[in-house]
Amino acid sequence: MAVCVAVIAKENYPLYIKTIPTDNELKFYYTVHTSLDVVEEKVSVVGKNSNELRELYLGLLYPTEDYKVYGYVTNTKVKFVIVVESSNTTLRDNEIRSMFRKLHNSYVDMLSNPFYTPGEPITSKTFENIVLSMM
Amino acid sequence: MSWGSELPAELLCRPTGLIALSGLDITYNAIHKSIWDAFCNNRRPDRVPLQFIVVQGDHEFPKCRTNKRQSYEWYIPKGILKTNWMRKHLNLVPAVVVIFFDLDWDEPLWKEKQMECATRVEIVRNALQGRGTKVSVVLIQKNAPLPPGEDVVAVERAASLCSLCDLSAKHLYVLPHTDHLVGYTIRLENAFYDLSQSYYHGEAKKVKAHRDFLNKTTHQLLFVRHQFKIAFYNELKQDTHTALKHYKQAYGHLLELRMHDTNLLEIKVNAGFINYKLCRMSFLHNAPLDGIAQFRKHIDFFKSKVGIAELAFEHSAWMSKQFQLFGDLFDEAIKLGLTAIQTQHPGFYYQQAANHSIARKQLCRGFCKPSLKTDETAYLEKMKALDFYGQRYWRPNHQSIDPPDPVKEKEGIAELQNMESRVDHSAIIIPQLNSAVAQFKKYKSPRMKRYLMVQMGEEYYHGKDYQRSLMLLCKVMWDYRGERWWPLLTSILVISLKCAYLTAKVQDYVSNCLELIGPYTKCAAEEKTRIQMNLLRVISNDAPEPEPGLDPACVEKAKVLWSSNSVEPCVFSIEMQSIVPLVECKAKFKADTVPADVEVEIEVFLRIKCPFPMRFYKLSVALNNQIYNQYCEIIDGHGISAASEMESRGGDLYLVPDKPKVFRFSFLPAQDDVGGKIEITDVTLELGTRTARCAQLHWMGPGGDAVIQVQTAQHLLPKKPIYSIEDTLNWDSVEAQGLVRVIPRASLLDVLIEHQQPCLQNEFYVCQLTIINKEDTAISDVRLSIETSESEEEDQTTHLCLDNAVFGGHIVSNISKVSMEELAPGEKSSKTLFIKCLQTGNRNIFIYINYMVEVHKKNQVIPCMCQKKEMFMLNCVEPFEVTVKVMSMKFEATEVVQVDEPFLAMPEIHCTSPWPVEIQDSSIKLTSYVVHTDTFQSQLQGVCLKKTECAAECISLKPLNSIHPTVSLGTYTLHWRRKRENSIAEEPFVSTVFPLPTVSLEQLPISVELRLPAYGSVKTLLPICYTIHNKTPYPQEIEVNVEASDSFMFAGNKQVHFRVLPRKAYNLMYNLFPLMPGHVLLPKMHLNMLRYPGTMDLIVQKSVPTHIFIKPMGKALEKAA
Repeated sequence: MAVCVAVIAKENYPLYIKTIPTDNELKFYYTVHTSLDVVEEKVSVVGKNSNELRELYLGLLYPTEDYKVYGYVTNTKVKFVIVVESSNTTLRDNEIRSMFRKLHNSYVDMLSNPFYTPGEPITSKTFENIVLSMM
Repeated sequence: MSWGSELPAELLCRPTGLIALSGLDITYNAIHKSIWDAFCNNRRPDRVPLQFIVVQGDHEFPKCRTNKRQSYEWYIPKGILKTNWMRKHLNLVPAVVVIFFDLDWDEPLWKEKQMECATRVEIVRNALQGRGTKVSVVLIQKNAPLPPGEDVVAVERAASLCSLCDLSAKHLYVLPHTDHLVGYTIRLENAFYDLSQSYYHGEAKKVKAHRDFLNKTTHQLLFVRHQFKIAFYNELKQDTHTALKHYKQAYGHLLELRMHDTNLLEIKVNAGFINYKLCRMSFLHNAPLDGIAQFRKHIDFFKSKVGIAELAFEHSAWMSKQFQLFGDLFDEAIKLGLTAIQTQHPGFYYQQAANHSIARKQLCRGFCKPSLKTDETAYLEKMKALDFYGQRYWRPNHQSIDPPDPVKEKEGIAELQNMESRVDHSAIIIPQLNSAVAQFKKYKSPRMKRYLMVQMGEEYYHGKDYQRSLMLLCKVMWDYRGERWWPLLTSILVISLKCAYLTAKVQDYVSNCLELIGPYTKCAAEEKTRIQMNLLRVISNDAPEPEPGLDPACVEKAKVLWSSNSVEPCVFSIEMQSIVPLVECKAKFKADTVPADVEVEIEVFLRIKCPFPMRFYKLSVALNNQIYNQYCEIIDGHGISAASEMESRGGDLYLVPDKPKVFRFSFLPAQDDVGGKIEITDVTLELGTRTARCAQLHWMGPGGDAVIQVQTAQHLLPKKPIYSIEDTLNWDSVEAQGLVRVIPRASLLDVLIEHQQPCLQNEFYVCQLTIINKEDTAISDVRLSIETSESEEEDQTTHLCLDNAVFGGHIVSNISKVSMEELAPGEKSSKTLFIKCLQTGNRNIFIYINYMVEVHKKNQVIPCMCQKKEMFMLNCVEPFEVTVKVMSMKFEATEVVQVDEPFLAMPEIHCTSPWPVEIQDSSIKLTSYVVHTDTFQSQLQGVCLKKTECAAECISLKPLNSIHPTVSLGTYTLHWRRKRENSIAEEPFVSTVFPLPTVSLEQLPISVELRLPAYGSVKTLLPICYTIHNKTPYPQEIEVNVEASDSFMFAGNKQVHFRVLPRKAYNLMYNLFPLMPGHVLLPKMHLNMLRYPGTMDLIVQKSVPTHIFIKPMGKALEKAA
């Protein structure tokens, strides 16, 4: 399954990052951060002809030697990034899509909590459990 | 220098056919030299791809194997590809040998020369024994050739030369040494190119022929080798498509080889070679996707084939090289017009190359220990001696599966490791990262670029180039701050701090500390504590403790640097807004505006967020006007190490974590700033004293939050007050505000304006201004200004004058700065303002009073400039309407008047003014076409009109003869003023001019005048007389006819015919005897001129009276009584 799941705010700072092998956390941080280049490019290309509805799922952002990075952008420009290992061939596009949908749903649930201030780092236990179930 | 990181130059170049030029003496023979130059100098890309070498006539070419193998049955190959093979065919074995020979067709010593030439050909042939190399002869001739077929001698001699040299006629060429050398050269070279192609084609075919002798079990290596050779020959032949096909086959055969630790390196090296060729050709054929796919396949296959674990670094080196080569190829293709995209460009390959290099470095660190006994040259010799690419020098040609000699193996590995440990890995990694950075920059990936720069910084750090590392990291940190990726920022800061420590850069060290201790970095609490302690040491002019995990040798050097650093005082500034520091500052003015006589108050809020309290040395605020700066300083009275919060001499800059503190400054604004702004340009907090080390922490402008809060819906909620009930500061509610406007002091003057609206057009409208001083002190330099409009544009319809009502035709629309006398407190001063409005409508009148007053504040006398502004709106209306009627003498309205006949002009004045208006006089000004019939005297003198009242006067005028059909009469002027019961000021009369109408002129031949008394009485004689004037220069015949009337009896001519002489008059006398009283019709007179029959009667009727009033008979009074 996924090795890293990240939620990035509209202003491109991280709201939540979870990585499974915690020893090389920093590398994943960099991977997620650099993937924002591609996300921004993809979103801005669609932005030009705004009448057509943008698909939230951006697909494979870029492949590295070891990992595949997938992206998803909500309508409020909150970004989700999922990193899977390149060697993991069982995950097809459809599975990734459903993972993002699940992540989006649980993010919305988390956001609906009146005690959560939008823009703050995510600390919700429920959200964390959903994320862990995907890893 | 191991196999993994090197590629032979023969492989990287583009193979071109080799042509050897023999018999050219390029050192001593100028002609030969010029021929050689024509072949090899300035080769443009459109010329055929060939390589030329000059050889001696007896040059030894590499020997061909004499014993041609007929069978491979017992042959066991020792390796895949020989190291010398490519070089041999690129540079040593020519496709064509060309023998140059000076020989003209008309050579006298033909026989001898012919023999000499044949000998040379023979020598070359012998040297090429066994090879398919083509031989051809070029005769260098001095004379230009004749057209073909004409030179019989040439044909004959050429044939004999060919037969003597055993040369086909096609291989004999003539090169006339004339002006067109380059042209001939190109033709020759094309011929050689054809020859070379057929040579390489033949060679490839020869290799292909071996295939039948091979078997899959023992000759697997040969399958690869032969396909490679065929491909390479095809490349030399410039047939890249065929070459690509054969390289693919070679690669396919290669992957089928049995792989084990002993031959894996050889396979990888050769796979790398073939892959390089494949990718290069795919890009060349404009099929980049094929190239990328091939490379992926290649990498995926070999990624996991590490081989001997002790030499794993070799695998990483090889991987890195593969990626780098592919990146270079890709980049090369882009330069030739290929377009790449953000997710597929050379940068990724360079990045991977760098990653593998980093892995290589780490593996090297793990396995390799440098030992003293290393002999690089010996190692190089051993490498050079190898026959096959990718083999181990301690067991060359080893192809069996059996394990090799373990002792030799161990020694060899140790030596390789030793060699590896001497490699400067950073020198490999950094250029690779640099290439990647350039690519990512080009393909709009700023974050990736930054990441790579961080890696570069780290690499410099590992390479002990701390200065560079620090510089590079500082450059990229900024962006991570901006995007708030605190974990990444923290990791960069930690390295940066280490570099700053090792280079003893105080400024960077302090700046990094300030950030690392701050609340945003993700350091552990004890780590922050340690760093803060170090910061305290640095500020107290001590050396800090070394950062953990540093190379002890470097730490020793750093310690020396630190101790030498502390000798001199060091003052430096740090921009706080470009980092996310532990201390935050917000400065604000208490109010948006401040009057000139009130103190400006500044509050500076400071907050620190770190493990321990901190004491700062000095706080100062800089304003745009520097004279205030002296008031905005606080200097802490304690030393940096004083640890308690006590009252002290200057102030107290001891800050406790998370307890915001406020510092207040106040000062009176300067006179120059009144009407302007005061701005906070800079806030500076000094850490440490100037005698030792002092960090000046600067905030541009009024400062603000270290990290700007994200805008969310909660920010729209009302703010909490700054000070809550418990008197604790609410930091988030403080908003930095760095601008205050200084407004003039509020005036305490009273201005009364007395006037009576509305104003009448043209009059001098009186306004009484009264100024009362309600200040505590006397005011001086009082100046009064009156304006009719605030804008620059002047109002041209309103005239102003003060004290005296004067209007000299020039409009004065504003009065500025009229000096007035000083006013003691409570004193009054008055002025009369006259306003003359030339047009009706509304307008605003502005009154300004500027004055100086002395204000006492804090035992200080401040002269203050004050201004009082008043404004009122003035409505202007017309005082009256004047209509002028033109009438005949019978008081009938007319538009036509007769020349020389009097008529009446009657002005009627309707008063529309709400105020009574007093008319002093009226006058009339006539044009030259009209004259008065009597002297004019105004009938309106002294008349006073109230609203809706009306006045009229009547003026008798007479038009003079004129050529114009219509004439204007002139103007009518009224002299008037508003009537007042008790006039405040004597306002003068004003004149208003009205135009008189225009009339049409008419000229008649005669005029008729009737003289009759004002009235008659019944039964009393009433004599009347018609006088007829002839105005023409001719005698006129006239018939007059008087009708009988019931009201009168009359005596006179009832019907008469007479003649009037020019310019003379004729009288017709009648005696009437009225019969009835009342307003009765006179007997009608009809006049007819014989010259103008039927026209005159009507005109005459109009000009003479038709009625008369007849009184009844008087009654005797006695009778009534």
